[in-house]
Amino acid sequence: MTMTAAVQQKRRRFKIGKRTLPYLLSLPALLVCIGILIPFFTAVFYSLQRYRLSQPWARQMNWGENYLNFITDSGFWNTLNVSLLYAGLTVVLQLLLGLGIALLLQKRTKVNNFISIMLLMPLMTAPALAALMWKLMTNPGFGILSYLLTLVGVDDFRWAASSDTALFTVILVDTWVYTPFIMILLLAGLRSLPKQPFEAAALDNVPRLQQFWRITLPMLTPYILTATLFRLLESIQQFDIIYAMTQGGPGDTLTVFQVEAYLNFFQSTNVGRSAALLMILWAITFFISNIFIKNWLRLRERARGEA
Amino acid sequence: MEHTSTLEKVLRASALTAVVIFFMFPIFWIILMSFQTNETILRVPPSMIFEPTLSNYRGIITGQLETNAATLEINFMRNLWNSVFLSVSSVAVALALGVPAAYAFARHKFRGSEDIAFTLLSFRFAPPLLVLLPLTLYFQQIGLADTYFGLVWVYQLICLPLILWIVRGYFEDISPDIEYAYRIAGHSWFATFRKIALPLAGPGIAAAGLLAFIFAWNNFIFALVLASADKQPVTVGALAFITASGIQYGQIAAGIVLSVAPTLALALYAQRYLVEGLSLGAVKG
Repeated sequence: MTMTAAVQQKRRRFKIGKRTLPYLLSLPALLVCIGILIPFFTAVFYSLQRYRLSQPWARQMNWGENYLNFITDSGFWNTLNVSLLYAGLTVVLQLLLGLGIALLLQKRTKVNNFISIMLLMPLMTAPALAALMWKLMTNPGFGILSYLLTLVGVDDFRWAASSDTALFTVILVDTWVYTPFIMILLLAGLRSLPKQPFEAAALDNVPRLQQFWRITLPMLTPYILTATLFRLLESIQQFDIIYAMTQGGPGDTLTVFQVEAYLNFFQSTNVGRSAALLMILWAITFFISNIFIKNWLRLRERARGEA
Repeated sequence: MEHTSTLEKVLRASALTAVVIFFMFPIFWIILMSFQTNETILRVPPSMIFEPTLSNYRGIITGQLETNAATLEINFMRNLWNSVFLSVSSVAVALALGVPAAYAFARHKFRGSEDIAFTLLSFRFAPPLLVLLPLTLYFQQIGLADTYFGLVWVYQLICLPLILWIVRGYFEDISPDIEYAYRIAGHSWFATFRKIALPLAGPGIAAAGLLAFIFAWNNFIFALVLASADKQPVTVGALAFITASGIQYGQIAAGIVLSVAPTLALALYAQRYLVEGLSLGAVKG
């Protein structure tokens, strides 16, 4: 009698445990993240306020005024313009380069595998430190790249110091760091493609270029899409490379969203404008990340199915 | 397809050489610089032949930087230690919190589990400053400003989603039948988790932990906003270093080499894990 009661009690405890267990397990992780959600909502609140750290007494709600002001604010349009230009150029350049390198390394030879491992190194370098490395190499006094340019007769190339070439310089550093990411993803994609279509095409003597356009590229598209969206998400938010290289300068040449928001907050202490800028950036990334996550989940299912 | 012409072989080889030079040269050059004095760095034309010196590294490790004018005291080793401490403890905390949660998400489809998992993943893609700027003000109010605790907490923003999503994928790949069999044999839930699920997902947990470590180490913006000088990791410390006046270029290069060496070594050591981790498991490497 007592034994059955004990068993029953045990069973009931097990049942309750089973229902609450998943919540219990994920609760600590969730609590940590709620601590991150609170500042997010604070930022929304700030973006609807007139709020300068230097004038705390003048702090008040101004609802959409920060956003409305952007329409006539040439600084904002510059930020939007530079951010989109930076993201667009880096992603297109890295995609073309990454695809090219992946195609070169497609065959599983010892040399190719060795090179693909070596190419991980720029990707594993902290972007901020990579910017410093390139800063040393482009120094007008002793930079090796500046020297090499003088050899071909270009004496007045001032890299990140001139507003004409600053964008080019940071894009170069970004390309150095992140092209390997696209290369790795596309290489894994290329190597996982089924063999049959290529064998059939070879039997029919289909020219290689046509094979690439008609078979390789269409089958690789989901990988290309995932890599592009992922890079686009990161690139539109780029901060490390630009800040370490020029801190947004010279002038406002490179004031992309996060750099501009950082300078607004810490230099001009305009919290309201800074938060509104970040909200707009968040809206853009939210839109891209939704497409990305859907696409990526589909790809993951496929990888799972093949494994 | 197999009969490639000699011309094509040459073109391929030269293209690959160009690729290797572009991606490897900066690392190679910085390493060379770190063994040079200012005199050999400033030579025109630059040359790869020089008498290597360890003085840059000696200066950085002892914290006494010889410059032309005076001896500067810069504690770069402190930055290095901060990087180690912040990355290791962030990953440890993220593993402790993330692995059980990943298991819950993989095994139990409870109400709202997908929504929660997506919310956590979306943190990975939100602009970090959006959270960091209000946090600086909060941290000052609640006394977390300039503490390791506050930093490790914020670093969860990078580490936790990564671990959650990669490890979850690994748990989903394990057939639950093995666990059921073990449970029926009379073992508790916790014993099953510890003896069956954890070892089977081991490689995934290692990959996720490694990647989280590298991302934490390479992070710049979190510490730039939240950490004061004595808590800064190498990424922020090196920037202050390069702008300090009178520092010799070789010393900057040595500082950069010491800062990137740990992640590069890890990457080479564990490269087979990285491919899958980098794509959040979207591609089987």
